[in-house]
Amino acid sequence: MEVLEQPAELLRDFARGDLGAFETLFREYQGEVFRWIVRIVRDPGIAEDLTIETFWRIHKAHARFDPDRSFGAWARRIATNAALDYLKTHRPEAELAEEPPGPASPDAAVQRDIRERTRKAFARLPPKLRVAAVLALVEERPYKEIAEALGISIAAVKLRLFRALRILRKELRKQGVEP
Amino acid sequence: MTEQEEARIRELLKQSLRPAQAELSRDLSPQMLARLQARAVTVPWFDWVLLGALAICLCLVPSAIPVLLYNL
Repeated sequence: MEVLEQPAELLRDFARGDLGAFETLFREYQGEVFRWIVRIVRDPGIAEDLTIETFWRIHKAHARFDPDRSFGAWARRIATNAALDYLKTHRPEAELAEEPPGPASPDAAVQRDIRERTRKAFARLPPKLRVAAVLALVEERPYKEIAEALGISIAAVKLRLFRALRILRKELRKQGVEP
Repeated sequence: MTEQEEARIRELLKQSLRPAQAELSRDLSPQMLARLQARAVTVPWFDWVLLGALAICLCLVPSAIPVLLYNL
């Protein structure tokens, strides 16, 4: 999270259940949480709803927050879980973005087709692998940050990436795209 | 999987799913407040159980109704 860490007093007030402290943290972090979620779900409208859901979970879990730790990292982890829950219950096909109309040359059409097939292959990944893959390979976030957000070790992130790439290779071949 | 295959898949992914650049276009505080208030008026399940138990008691022992009203 790019937002500067909050004063310890504010975080302690939040952990004690102070609604004013929660509102301050919400105002400070809503943009960062939204940006994190939109990286995962790739839809700003859904990301807005999930931002509210994330802060609702944060509000409910205030007593479990350790004021000596980073609020941003904690919020990111809860946001990742909320996004994962969404991905688990929604059909991946619905998330495929429309390709903007491009030049009509045969080469451009072939490239567009390959991109479409790649998106379809990506959408077939299990949600946990999809999240690791999109954050590491598309958004290029550091492994440490992804590991913290998913609540797993860096080695486990690398393993998920390896599995995601293997499945993608298989799916791309099925789609007629030779990696 | 060879390194070339891995690099090619990474490249395909980057071309197909560009990094998300969306920024929050509005303040979500009103929705958050509405969510907090909606939950605040929700009656906890335990209260419903107590209410149900009280209703059953009053049905079984109707003579307790005046005592209850007196104590309210």
